[in-house]
Amino acid sequence: MKSYEEINEKIASGKAVVLTADEVSDYVDQKGLAKAAEEIDVVTTATFGAMCSSGAFVNFGQCAPKIRITEAWIDDVLAYSGVAAVDAYIGATQLRQNDPENMYYPGEFRFGGGHVIEKLVAGKQCQLFALSYGTDEYPRRELRTWFTIDDLNQAIMVNPRNCYQNYNVATNLSDRTIYTYLGALKPHMKNLTYSSAGQLSPLLNDPLYRTIGIGTAVWLAGARGHVYAEGTQHAPSISRTPGGVPTGGAGTLALTADMKQMKGRYVRGVSLKGYGVSLALGVGVPIPILDEDVLLKTTVRDRDIPAEVIDYSSDYPNKTGKVLAHVNYADLKKGNIELLGKRVEVSSMSSYAMALEIAELLKEEVRSGSFLLSRPLQPLPVEQELKSLKIRKEDEVR
Amino acid sequence: MIQKKFLLNFSKEVSEQPHIYHLVKDYDLIVNIFRAKITDEAEGFMILEISGEKDALRKGIAYLRDQNVGVGEAEKGVVWDEERCTQCGNCLSHCPTHALRIDDPATMHIIFDAEACIECLACIKNCPYGACTSVF
Ligand code: SF4
Ligand code: SF4
Repeated sequence: MKSYEEINEKIASGKAVVLTADEVSDYVDQKGLAKAAEEIDVVTTATFGAMCSSGAFVNFGQCAPKIRITEAWIDDVLAYSGVAAVDAYIGATQLRQNDPENMYYPGEFRFGGGHVIEKLVAGKQCQLFALSYGTDEYPRRELRTWFTIDDLNQAIMVNPRNCYQNYNVATNLSDRTIYTYLGALKPHMKNLTYSSAGQLSPLLNDPLYRTIGIGTAVWLAGARGHVYAEGTQHAPSISRTPGGVPTGGAGTLALTADMKQMKGRYVRGVSLKGYGVSLALGVGVPIPILDEDVLLKTTVRDRDIPAEVIDYSSDYPNKTGKVLAHVNYADLKKGNIELLGKRVEVSSMSSYAMALEIAELLKEEVRSGSFLLSRPLQPLPVEQELKSLKIRKEDEVR
Repeated sequence: MIQKKFLLNFSKEVSEQPHIYHLVKDYDLIVNIFRAKITDEAEGFMILEISGEKDALRKGIAYLRDQNVGVGEAEKGVVWDEERCTQCGNCLSHCPTHALRIDDPATMHIIFDAEACIECLACIKNCPYGACTSVF
Protein backbone atom coordinates (compact mmCIF):
# COMPACT_ATOMS: atom_id res chain seq x y z
CA MET A 1 0.00 0.00 0.00
CA LYS A 2 1.30 3.45 -0.95
CA SER A 3 -0.26 6.84 -0.38
CA TYR A 4 -0.44 9.74 -2.84
CA GLU A 5 1.93 11.65 -0.56
CA GLU A 6 4.54 8.87 -0.64
CA ILE A 7 4.32 8.61 -4.41
CA ASN A 8 4.61 12.38 -4.84
CA GLU A 9 7.61 12.49 -2.54
CA LYS A 10 9.34 9.88 -4.67
CA ILE A 11 8.46 11.80 -7.82
CA ALA A 12 9.74 15.07 -6.35
CA SER A 13 13.02 13.45 -5.40
CA GLY A 14 13.39 12.01 -8.89
CA LYS A 15 13.25 8.42 -7.62
CA ALA A 16 9.82 7.31 -8.82
CA VAL A 17 9.59 4.09 -10.81
CA VAL A 18 7.38 4.81 -13.80
CA LEU A 19 6.26 2.51 -16.61
CA THR A 20 3.87 3.03 -19.49
CA ALA A 21 0.70 0.95 -19.65
CA ASP A 22 2.29 -0.66 -22.70
CA GLU A 23 5.31 -1.87 -20.71
CA VAL A 24 3.68 -2.76 -17.43
CA SER A 25 1.98 -6.02 -18.48
CA ASP A 26 5.19 -7.86 -19.32
CA TYR A 27 6.90 -6.39 -16.28
CA VAL A 28 4.25 -7.72 -13.92
CA ASP A 29 4.32 -11.10 -15.68
CA GLN A 30 8.05 -11.34 -14.98
CA LYS A 31 8.20 -9.94 -11.45
CA GLY A 32 4.92 -11.13 -10.04
CA LEU A 33 2.15 -8.83 -8.90
CA ALA A 34 3.22 -8.36 -5.26
CA LYS A 35 6.83 -7.52 -6.02
CA ALA A 36 5.91 -5.27 -8.95
CA ALA A 37 3.34 -3.39 -6.85
CA GLU A 38 6.05 -2.59 -4.32
CA GLU A 39 8.42 -1.36 -7.01
CA ILE A 40 6.23 0.58 -9.41
CA ASP A 41 4.94 3.99 -8.36
CA VAL A 42 3.17 5.23 -11.48
CA VAL A 43 1.83 3.80 -14.74
CA THR A 44 1.22 6.27 -17.55
CA THR A 45 -1.73 5.88 -19.91
CA ALA A 46 -2.63 7.91 -22.98
CA THR A 47 -4.86 8.33 -25.97
CA PHE A 48 -4.94 10.45 -29.12
CA GLY A 49 -8.03 10.83 -31.24
CA ALA A 50 -10.95 12.94 -32.36
CA MET A 51 -12.89 14.22 -29.36
CA CYS A 52 -15.90 16.18 -30.61
CA SER A 53 -17.00 17.40 -27.18
CA SER A 54 -14.12 19.83 -26.90
CA GLY A 55 -13.73 23.58 -27.07
CA ALA A 56 -12.24 26.59 -25.39
CA PHE A 57 -13.28 29.65 -23.46
CA VAL A 58 -11.42 32.70 -24.67
CA ASN A 59 -11.36 36.22 -23.30
CA PHE A 60 -10.45 38.89 -25.86
CA GLY A 61 -10.04 41.87 -23.50
CA GLN A 62 -11.86 45.16 -24.05
CA CYS A 63 -11.28 47.67 -26.82
CA ALA A 64 -12.14 51.38 -26.80
CA PRO A 65 -14.99 52.13 -27.02
CA LYS A 66 -16.16 48.98 -25.29
CA ILE A 67 -18.37 46.22 -26.72
CA ARG A 68 -20.70 43.63 -25.19
CA ILE A 69 -20.32 40.96 -27.84
CA THR A 70 -23.53 39.18 -28.82
CA GLU A 71 -22.19 37.20 -31.76
CA ALA A 72 -18.56 36.46 -32.57
CA TRP A 73 -16.75 34.65 -35.36
CA ILE A 74 -13.12 33.53 -35.24
CA ASP A 75 -11.85 32.93 -38.76
CA ASP A 76 -15.54 32.90 -39.77
CA VAL A 77 -16.36 30.15 -37.28
CA LEU A 78 -19.14 31.11 -34.87
CA ALA A 79 -18.06 31.25 -31.22
CA TYR A 80 -20.81 31.15 -28.60
CA SER A 81 -21.12 34.56 -26.96
CA GLY A 82 -24.00 34.12 -24.54
CA VAL A 83 -21.55 34.79 -21.72
CA ALA A 84 -19.93 38.00 -20.43
CA ALA A 85 -18.96 40.96 -22.63
CA VAL A 86 -15.77 39.71 -24.26
CA ASP A 87 -15.86 36.02 -23.35
CA ALA A 88 -16.70 33.38 -25.94
CA TYR A 89 -16.66 29.59 -26.33
CA ILE A 90 -15.27 28.17 -29.55
CA GLY A 91 -16.54 24.62 -30.03
CA ALA A 92 -14.67 21.91 -31.95
CA THR A 93 -17.48 20.90 -34.31
CA GLN A 94 -18.70 24.37 -35.31
CA LEU A 95 -18.39 24.81 -39.07
CA ARG A 96 -17.05 27.85 -40.86
CA GLN A 97 -19.78 30.23 -41.99
CA ASN A 98 -21.11 29.32 -45.46
CA ASP A 99 -19.57 25.85 -45.49
CA PRO A 100 -21.64 23.99 -48.10
CA GLU A 101 -22.01 21.16 -45.54
CA ASN A 102 -23.20 18.06 -47.37
CA MET A 103 -25.07 19.97 -50.05
CA TYR A 104 -22.55 18.53 -52.51
CA TYR A 105 -22.70 15.10 -50.96
CA PRO A 106 -20.80 13.91 -49.04
CA GLY A 107 -19.13 17.26 -48.38
CA GLU A 108 -15.54 17.94 -47.37
CA PHE A 109 -15.90 20.04 -44.20
CA ARG A 110 -12.49 21.58 -44.53
CA PHE A 111 -12.46 24.08 -41.69
CA GLY A 112 -14.15 24.62 -38.36
CA GLY A 113 -13.75 25.14 -34.65
CA GLY A 114 -11.19 22.34 -34.29
CA HIS A 115 -9.01 24.02 -36.91
CA VAL A 116 -9.35 27.42 -35.19
CA ILE A 117 -8.16 25.82 -31.95
CA GLU A 118 -5.27 24.14 -33.80
CA LYS A 119 -4.27 27.51 -35.28
CA LEU A 120 -4.45 29.27 -31.92
CA VAL A 121 -2.29 26.69 -30.18
CA ALA A 122 0.18 26.81 -33.09
CA GLY A 123 0.52 30.56 -32.43
CA LYS A 124 -1.04 31.52 -35.76
CA GLN A 125 -3.00 34.71 -36.37
CA CYS A 126 -6.81 34.52 -36.42
CA GLN A 127 -9.49 37.03 -37.34
CA LEU A 128 -12.16 38.13 -34.88
CA PHE A 129 -15.40 39.63 -36.16
CA ALA A 130 -18.00 40.55 -33.54
CA LEU A 131 -21.39 42.23 -33.39
CA SER A 132 -23.46 43.78 -30.65
CA TYR A 133 -26.57 45.91 -30.19
CA GLY A 134 -24.69 48.59 -28.25
CA THR A 135 -25.60 49.78 -24.75
CA ASP A 136 -24.88 52.88 -22.73
CA GLU A 137 -21.74 51.43 -21.18
CA TYR A 138 -20.82 49.20 -24.16
CA PRO A 139 -21.55 51.46 -27.15
CA ARG A 140 -19.58 49.64 -29.89
CA ARG A 141 -21.72 47.62 -32.30
CA GLU A 142 -19.12 45.96 -34.48
CA LEU A 143 -15.45 45.09 -34.57
CA ARG A 144 -12.96 43.29 -36.79
CA THR A 145 -9.41 42.60 -35.72
CA TRP A 146 -6.61 40.06 -35.89
CA PHE A 147 -5.06 38.35 -32.90
CA THR A 148 -2.93 35.45 -31.72
CA ILE A 149 -3.29 33.37 -28.56
CA ASP A 150 -0.76 35.69 -26.85
CA ASP A 151 -3.18 38.59 -27.22
CA LEU A 152 -5.90 36.77 -25.31
CA ASN A 153 -6.25 37.17 -21.56
CA GLN A 154 -7.28 33.55 -21.21
CA ALA A 155 -7.64 30.61 -23.56
CA ILE A 156 -8.83 27.75 -21.41
CA MET A 157 -9.82 24.48 -22.99
CA VAL A 158 -12.98 23.10 -21.41
CA ASN A 159 -14.02 19.76 -22.83
CA PRO A 160 -17.30 18.28 -21.62
CA ARG A 161 -16.50 14.79 -22.86
CA ASN A 162 -13.11 13.23 -23.62
CA CYS A 163 -11.48 9.83 -23.24
CA TYR A 164 -14.41 7.50 -23.80
CA GLN A 165 -13.57 4.40 -21.80
CA ASN A 166 -14.27 2.05 -24.68
CA TYR A 167 -15.93 2.49 -28.06
CA ASN A 168 -17.84 0.51 -30.61
CA VAL A 169 -16.49 -0.57 -33.96
CA ALA A 170 -18.23 0.69 -37.09
CA THR A 171 -18.99 -1.19 -40.26
CA ASN A 172 -21.49 -0.90 -43.09
CA LEU A 173 -23.77 -3.70 -44.26
CA SER A 174 -25.62 -1.62 -46.85
CA ASP A 175 -24.84 -1.54 -50.55
CA ARG A 176 -23.48 2.00 -50.72
CA THR A 177 -20.54 3.81 -49.11
CA ILE A 178 -21.53 5.72 -46.00
CA TYR A 179 -19.62 8.62 -44.43
CA THR A 180 -19.43 8.69 -40.65
CA TYR A 181 -17.40 10.22 -37.83
CA LEU A 182 -15.43 6.98 -37.97
CA GLY A 183 -14.53 7.64 -41.60
CA ALA A 184 -15.86 6.29 -44.88
CA LEU A 185 -17.30 2.80 -44.61
CA LYS A 186 -17.41 0.79 -47.79
CA PRO A 187 -20.49 -1.23 -48.74
CA HIS A 188 -21.00 -4.89 -47.83
CA MET A 189 -18.74 -4.78 -44.78
CA LYS A 190 -15.54 -4.32 -46.79
CA ASN A 191 -13.94 -2.34 -43.98
CA LEU A 192 -14.48 -1.33 -40.38
CA THR A 193 -13.12 1.34 -38.08
CA TYR A 194 -12.33 1.33 -34.36
CA SER A 195 -11.42 4.23 -32.13
CA SER A 196 -9.59 3.47 -28.91
CA ALA A 197 -6.02 3.32 -27.69
CA GLY A 198 -6.93 -0.09 -26.23
CA GLN A 199 -4.44 -1.23 -23.60
CA LEU A 200 -2.98 2.30 -23.35
CA SER A 201 -6.33 4.01 -22.90
CA PRO A 202 -6.66 5.87 -19.55
CA LEU A 203 -10.03 4.58 -18.35
CA LEU A 204 -9.34 1.02 -19.51
CA ASN A 205 -6.40 0.95 -17.10
CA ASP A 206 -8.53 2.13 -14.19
CA PRO A 207 -11.85 0.62 -15.18
CA LEU A 208 -13.65 1.25 -11.89
CA TYR A 209 -12.25 4.77 -11.38
CA ARG A 210 -10.23 4.04 -8.25
CA THR A 211 -7.63 6.72 -8.99
CA ILE A 212 -9.14 8.77 -11.81
CA GLY A 213 -11.76 11.12 -10.37
CA ILE A 214 -12.71 14.77 -10.25
CA GLY A 215 -9.52 16.72 -9.57
CA THR A 216 -7.11 14.15 -11.06
CA ALA A 217 -4.17 15.82 -12.78
CA VAL A 218 -3.93 14.96 -16.48
CA TRP A 219 -1.61 15.80 -19.34
CA LEU A 220 -3.80 17.56 -21.88
CA ALA A 221 -1.94 18.21 -25.13
CA GLY A 222 1.24 19.03 -23.24
CA ALA A 223 -0.39 21.23 -20.59
CA ARG A 224 -1.06 20.19 -17.03
CA GLY A 225 -4.83 19.93 -16.77
CA HIS A 226 -7.49 18.38 -14.61
CA VAL A 227 -10.59 16.27 -14.66
CA TYR A 228 -13.21 18.88 -13.68
CA ALA A 229 -16.32 16.67 -13.72
CA GLU A 230 -17.59 13.34 -14.94
CA GLY A 231 -17.78 13.57 -18.70
CA THR A 232 -21.15 13.96 -20.35
CA GLN A 233 -22.79 10.59 -21.10
CA HIS A 234 -20.69 9.01 -18.31
CA ALA A 235 -22.62 5.76 -17.96
CA PRO A 236 -20.58 3.12 -16.17
CA SER A 237 -23.46 0.69 -15.52
CA ILE A 238 -22.92 -1.56 -18.51
CA SER A 239 -21.79 -5.13 -18.92
CA ARG A 240 -18.16 -5.74 -18.03
CA THR A 241 -15.60 -8.52 -18.26
CA PRO A 242 -14.57 -10.21 -14.98
CA GLY A 243 -11.61 -7.77 -14.96
CA GLY A 244 -14.03 -4.84 -14.96
CA VAL A 245 -13.44 -3.81 -18.58
CA PRO A 246 -16.66 -2.43 -20.07
CA THR A 247 -17.89 -3.86 -23.35
CA GLY A 248 -19.03 -0.44 -24.61
CA GLY A 249 -18.63 3.31 -24.04
CA ALA A 250 -19.13 3.48 -20.24
CA GLY A 251 -17.05 6.15 -18.50
CA THR A 252 -15.99 9.55 -19.83
CA LEU A 253 -14.00 12.50 -18.48
CA ALA A 254 -14.56 16.25 -18.59
CA LEU A 255 -11.14 17.86 -18.96
CA THR A 256 -9.73 21.34 -18.75
CA ALA A 257 -6.28 22.92 -19.18
CA ASP A 258 -4.63 26.17 -20.19
CA MET A 259 -4.40 26.25 -23.98
CA LYS A 260 -1.43 28.62 -23.81
CA GLN A 261 0.64 25.76 -22.37
CA MET A 262 -0.36 23.23 -25.05
CA LYS A 263 1.80 21.81 -27.82
CA GLY A 264 0.54 22.08 -31.40
CA ARG A 265 1.46 18.51 -32.24
CA TYR A 266 -1.29 17.22 -29.94
CA VAL A 267 -4.06 19.66 -30.92
CA ARG A 268 -5.22 18.96 -34.46
CA GLY A 269 -8.26 20.00 -36.45
CA VAL A 270 -10.09 17.10 -38.08
CA SER A 271 -12.07 17.12 -41.33
CA LEU A 272 -14.33 14.14 -41.73
CA LYS A 273 -15.82 13.75 -45.17
CA GLY A 274 -19.60 13.60 -45.02
CA TYR A 275 -19.71 14.15 -41.24
CA GLY A 276 -18.17 17.44 -40.24
CA VAL A 277 -15.23 18.88 -38.34
CA SER A 278 -13.78 17.97 -35.00
CA LEU A 279 -10.68 18.26 -32.86
CA ALA A 280 -8.13 15.55 -32.16
CA LEU A 281 -6.39 15.75 -28.83
CA GLY A 282 -3.66 13.93 -27.02
CA VAL A 283 -4.41 13.07 -23.40
CA GLY A 284 -2.19 11.35 -20.86
CA VAL A 285 -3.28 10.21 -17.42
CA PRO A 286 -0.83 8.97 -14.77
CA ILE A 287 -2.11 6.21 -12.52
CA PRO A 288 -0.63 6.03 -9.01
CA ILE A 289 0.05 2.42 -8.02
CA LEU A 290 -1.58 2.55 -4.60
CA ASP A 291 -1.88 -1.22 -4.23
CA GLU A 292 -1.86 -4.54 -6.06
CA ASP A 293 -5.39 -4.18 -7.36
CA VAL A 294 -4.65 -0.82 -9.01
CA LEU A 295 -1.55 -2.35 -10.61
CA LEU A 296 -3.38 -5.46 -11.74
CA LYS A 297 -5.93 -3.34 -13.61
CA THR A 298 -3.15 -1.55 -15.52
CA THR A 299 -1.89 -4.87 -16.90
CA VAL A 300 -4.91 -5.11 -19.17
CA ARG A 301 -3.91 -6.17 -22.69
CA ASP A 302 -5.53 -5.52 -26.06
CA ARG A 303 -6.73 -9.13 -26.16
CA ASP A 304 -8.65 -8.61 -22.88
CA ILE A 305 -10.57 -5.62 -24.20
CA PRO A 306 -13.77 -6.46 -26.05
CA ALA A 307 -15.51 -4.21 -28.56
CA GLU A 308 -18.88 -4.45 -30.25
CA VAL A 309 -19.20 -4.20 -34.02
CA ILE A 310 -22.19 -2.09 -35.06
CA ASP A 311 -23.76 -1.58 -38.49
CA TYR A 312 -23.61 2.18 -39.02
CA SER A 313 -25.85 2.03 -42.09
CA SER A 314 -28.90 1.05 -40.09
CA ASP A 315 -28.56 -0.18 -36.49
CA TYR A 316 -26.54 2.81 -35.32
CA PRO A 317 -28.71 5.63 -36.73
CA ASN A 318 -31.91 3.83 -35.76
CA LYS A 319 -30.63 2.98 -32.28
CA THR A 320 -31.73 -0.63 -32.49
CA GLY A 321 -29.08 -1.80 -30.04
CA LYS A 322 -28.11 -4.68 -32.32
CA VAL A 323 -24.52 -5.89 -32.11
CA LEU A 324 -23.17 -7.68 -35.19
CA ALA A 325 -20.19 -9.29 -33.56
CA HIS A 326 -17.76 -9.12 -30.66
CA VAL A 327 -14.06 -8.58 -31.32
CA ASN A 328 -11.03 -7.55 -29.27
CA TYR A 329 -8.34 -4.94 -29.87
CA ALA A 330 -5.55 -7.46 -30.43
CA ASP A 331 -7.49 -8.82 -33.40
CA LEU A 332 -8.37 -5.35 -34.67
CA LYS A 333 -4.74 -4.27 -34.63
CA LYS A 334 -3.77 -7.09 -36.99
CA GLY A 335 -5.12 -4.98 -39.86
CA ASN A 336 -7.76 -7.35 -41.08
CA ILE A 337 -10.21 -9.51 -39.29
CA GLU A 338 -12.50 -12.44 -39.98
CA LEU A 339 -16.06 -11.33 -39.40
CA LEU A 340 -19.25 -13.29 -40.13
CA GLY A 341 -17.24 -15.49 -42.50
CA LYS A 342 -15.62 -12.57 -44.35
CA ARG A 343 -12.16 -10.94 -44.36
CA VAL A 344 -12.61 -7.32 -43.42
CA GLU A 345 -9.95 -4.58 -43.69
CA VAL A 346 -9.47 -2.52 -40.53
CA SER A 347 -8.99 1.22 -40.15
CA SER A 348 -8.76 3.21 -36.96
CA MET A 349 -9.54 6.74 -35.86
CA SER A 350 -7.38 6.74 -32.79
CA SER A 351 -3.61 6.87 -33.09
CA TYR A 352 -1.84 4.21 -31.07
CA ALA A 353 1.54 5.54 -32.19
CA MET A 354 0.73 9.00 -30.83
CA ALA A 355 -0.75 7.53 -27.65
CA LEU A 356 2.48 5.64 -27.11
CA GLU A 357 4.48 8.80 -27.70
CA ILE A 358 2.38 10.65 -25.09
CA ALA A 359 2.62 7.84 -22.54
CA GLU A 360 6.42 7.97 -22.93
CA LEU A 361 6.51 11.77 -22.65
CA LEU A 362 4.40 11.70 -19.52
CA LYS A 363 6.58 8.93 -18.13
CA GLU A 364 9.61 11.19 -18.56
CA GLU A 365 7.81 14.14 -16.96
CA VAL A 366 6.84 12.07 -13.92
CA ARG A 367 10.30 10.50 -13.68
CA SER A 368 12.05 13.83 -13.84
CA GLY A 369 9.86 15.21 -11.07
CA SER A 370 8.03 17.81 -13.17
CA PHE A 371 4.60 16.16 -13.08
CA LEU A 372 3.18 15.49 -9.63
CA LEU A 373 -0.01 13.50 -9.16
CA SER A 374 -3.12 14.77 -7.46
CA ARG A 375 -5.56 12.88 -5.31
CA PRO A 376 -9.11 13.12 -6.67
CA LEU A 377 -11.36 15.51 -4.75
CA GLN A 378 -14.38 13.39 -5.54
CA PRO A 379 -14.76 9.96 -7.17
CA LEU A 380 -16.56 9.44 -10.46
CA PRO A 381 -19.90 7.63 -10.21
CA VAL A 382 -19.50 3.87 -10.66
CA GLU A 383 -23.17 3.26 -11.20
CA GLN A 384 -25.16 5.31 -13.65
CA GLU A 385 -27.25 4.48 -16.69
CA LEU A 386 -27.36 6.31 -20.01
CA LYS A 387 -30.73 7.95 -20.55
CA SER A 388 -32.37 8.24 -23.94
CA LEU A 389 -34.32 11.23 -25.15
CA LYS A 390 -38.03 10.48 -25.31
CA ILE A 391 -39.91 12.22 -28.05
CA ARG A 392 -43.27 13.00 -26.49
CA LYS A 393 -46.16 15.48 -26.31
CA GLU A 394 -46.41 18.05 -23.55
CA ASP A 395 -49.21 16.18 -21.74
CA GLU A 396 -47.27 12.87 -21.83
CA VAL A 397 -44.71 14.10 -19.30
CA ARG A 398 -45.53 12.53 -15.98
CA MET B 1 12.60 -7.12 -67.18
CA ILE B 2 12.59 -4.17 -64.87
CA GLN B 3 9.74 -1.98 -63.71
CA LYS B 4 9.84 1.61 -62.55
CA LYS B 5 7.50 4.42 -61.61
CA PHE B 6 7.88 7.84 -63.20
CA LEU B 7 6.34 11.28 -63.00
CA LEU B 8 6.35 12.90 -66.44
CA ASN B 9 5.98 16.60 -66.90
CA PHE B 10 4.96 17.86 -70.33
CA SER B 11 5.41 21.53 -71.03
CA LYS B 12 3.06 23.43 -73.34
CA GLU B 13 5.39 22.86 -76.29
CA VAL B 14 5.53 19.10 -76.03
CA SER B 15 2.15 18.15 -74.58
CA GLU B 16 0.56 17.51 -77.94
CA GLN B 17 3.05 14.89 -79.14
CA PRO B 18 2.25 11.14 -78.88
CA HIS B 19 5.25 10.31 -76.68
CA ILE B 20 3.71 7.32 -74.97
CA TYR B 21 2.91 5.76 -78.35
CA HIS B 22 6.60 5.99 -79.25
CA LEU B 23 7.64 4.41 -75.97
CA VAL B 24 5.50 1.39 -76.74
CA LYS B 25 6.09 1.17 -80.49
CA ASP B 26 9.76 2.12 -80.81
CA TYR B 27 11.17 0.85 -77.50
CA ASP B 28 8.92 -2.13 -76.86
CA LEU B 29 8.02 -0.92 -73.39
CA ILE B 30 4.94 -1.75 -71.36
CA VAL B 31 3.28 1.26 -69.82
CA ASN B 32 0.74 1.33 -67.06
CA ILE B 33 -0.69 4.84 -66.67
CA PHE B 34 -1.93 5.53 -63.15
CA ARG B 35 -2.96 9.11 -63.56
CA ALA B 36 -2.72 11.86 -66.17
CA LYS B 37 -3.86 15.44 -66.32
CA ILE B 38 -3.66 18.31 -68.75
CA THR B 39 -4.13 21.59 -66.93
CA ASP B 40 -5.72 24.67 -68.43
CA GLU B 41 -2.27 26.10 -69.05
CA ALA B 42 -1.94 23.14 -71.44
CA GLU B 43 0.72 21.60 -69.24
CA GLY B 44 0.52 17.92 -68.71
CA PHE B 45 1.41 15.53 -65.93
CA MET B 46 1.46 11.78 -66.03
CA ILE B 47 2.27 9.17 -63.44
CA LEU B 48 3.03 5.81 -64.94
CA GLU B 49 4.87 2.60 -64.46
CA ILE B 50 7.14 1.52 -67.29
CA SER B 51 8.46 -2.00 -67.65
CA GLY B 52 10.71 -3.63 -70.18
CA GLU B 53 14.30 -4.68 -70.87
CA LYS B 54 16.80 -2.61 -68.93
CA ASP B 55 18.43 -1.27 -72.04
CA ALA B 56 15.15 -0.44 -73.74
CA LEU B 57 13.94 1.38 -70.66
CA ARG B 58 17.11 3.44 -70.54
CA LYS B 59 16.76 4.33 -74.22
CA GLY B 60 13.06 5.13 -73.84
CA ILE B 61 13.77 7.50 -70.98
CA ALA B 62 16.59 9.11 -72.97
CA TYR B 63 14.13 9.59 -75.84
CA LEU B 64 11.64 11.34 -73.53
CA ARG B 65 14.35 13.63 -72.15
CA ASP B 66 15.43 14.34 -75.72
CA GLN B 67 11.90 15.46 -76.47
CA ASN B 68 12.04 17.85 -73.50
CA VAL B 69 9.66 15.82 -71.39
CA GLY B 70 10.47 16.24 -67.71
CA VAL B 71 11.19 12.81 -66.25
CA GLY B 72 11.10 12.45 -62.47
CA GLU B 73 12.11 9.15 -60.97
CA ALA B 74 12.23 9.76 -57.25
CA GLU B 75 9.31 12.16 -57.48
CA LYS B 76 5.83 10.97 -56.78
CA GLY B 77 2.40 12.37 -57.50
CA VAL B 78 1.00 11.59 -54.07
CA VAL B 79 2.83 13.17 -51.19
CA TRP B 80 2.52 11.97 -47.62
CA ASP B 81 3.50 14.60 -45.07
CA GLU B 82 4.94 12.69 -42.15
CA GLU B 83 4.65 15.73 -39.86
CA ARG B 84 0.94 16.22 -40.56
CA CYS B 85 0.21 12.50 -40.30
CA THR B 86 -1.09 11.63 -36.84
CA GLN B 87 -0.68 7.89 -37.48
CA CYS B 88 -4.41 7.50 -36.98
CA GLY B 89 -4.70 4.64 -39.43
CA ASN B 90 -7.86 5.77 -41.13
CA CYS B 91 -6.31 5.45 -44.59
CA LEU B 92 -5.30 1.81 -44.07
CA SER B 93 -8.46 0.13 -45.30
CA HIS B 94 -8.76 2.57 -48.20
CA CYS B 95 -5.30 2.03 -49.70
CA PRO B 96 -5.68 -0.79 -52.25
CA THR B 97 -1.98 -1.67 -52.48
CA HIS B 98 -1.02 -1.18 -48.82
CA ALA B 99 1.38 1.56 -49.87
CA LEU B 100 0.23 3.14 -46.60
CA ARG B 101 0.67 0.45 -43.99
CA ILE B 102 1.89 -0.50 -40.55
CA ASP B 103 5.03 -2.61 -40.62
CA ASP B 104 5.59 -2.97 -36.88
CA PRO B 105 2.48 -3.76 -34.82
CA ALA B 106 4.37 -2.88 -31.62
CA THR B 107 4.75 0.78 -32.55
CA MET B 108 1.78 1.02 -34.95
CA HIS B 109 3.75 3.53 -37.04
CA ILE B 110 2.35 4.25 -40.50
CA ILE B 111 4.78 4.16 -43.40
CA PHE B 112 4.30 5.31 -46.99
CA ASP B 113 5.87 3.19 -49.69
CA ALA B 114 5.85 5.45 -52.77
CA GLU B 115 6.79 2.62 -55.14
CA ALA B 116 3.68 0.67 -54.16
CA CYS B 117 1.37 3.67 -54.59
CA ILE B 118 -0.86 3.44 -57.67
CA GLU B 119 -2.10 7.02 -57.29
CA CYS B 120 -5.72 6.10 -56.72
CA LEU B 121 -6.08 9.18 -54.44
CA ALA B 122 -8.23 7.35 -51.90
CA CYS B 123 -5.97 8.47 -49.05
CA ILE B 124 -6.29 12.11 -50.10
CA LYS B 125 -10.06 11.86 -49.96
CA ASN B 126 -10.07 10.07 -46.63
CA CYS B 127 -7.27 11.53 -44.52
CA PRO B 128 -8.92 13.60 -41.74
CA TYR B 129 -5.73 15.61 -41.20
CA GLY B 130 -4.85 16.56 -44.78
CA ALA B 131 -1.59 14.60 -44.54
CA CYS B 132 -1.87 13.24 -48.10
CA THR B 133 -1.85 15.61 -51.06
CA SER B 134 -1.19 15.46 -54.78
CA VAL B 135 1.41 17.46 -56.69
CA PHE B 136 -1.17 17.99 -59.45
S1 SF4 C 1 -5.40 8.88 -42.54
FE1 SF4 C 1 -3.91 10.55 -42.76
S2 SF4 C 1 -3.25 11.04 -40.66
FE2 SF4 C 1 -4.26 9.05 -40.60
S3 SF4 C 1 -2.57 7.58 -40.82
FE3 SF4 C 1 -3.39 7.94 -42.88
S4 SF4 C 1 -2.13 9.61 -43.70
FE4 SF4 C 1 -1.79 9.56 -41.48
S1 SF4 D 1 -3.01 7.16 -53.67
FE1 SF4 D 1 -4.07 5.18 -53.37
S2 SF4 D 1 -2.43 3.66 -53.59
FE2 SF4 D 1 -1.42 5.62 -53.23
S3 SF4 D 1 -1.10 5.70 -51.04
FE3 SF4 D 1 -3.03 6.77 -51.46
S4 SF4 D 1 -4.59 5.18 -51.21
FE4 SF4 D 1 -2.63 4.10 -51.41
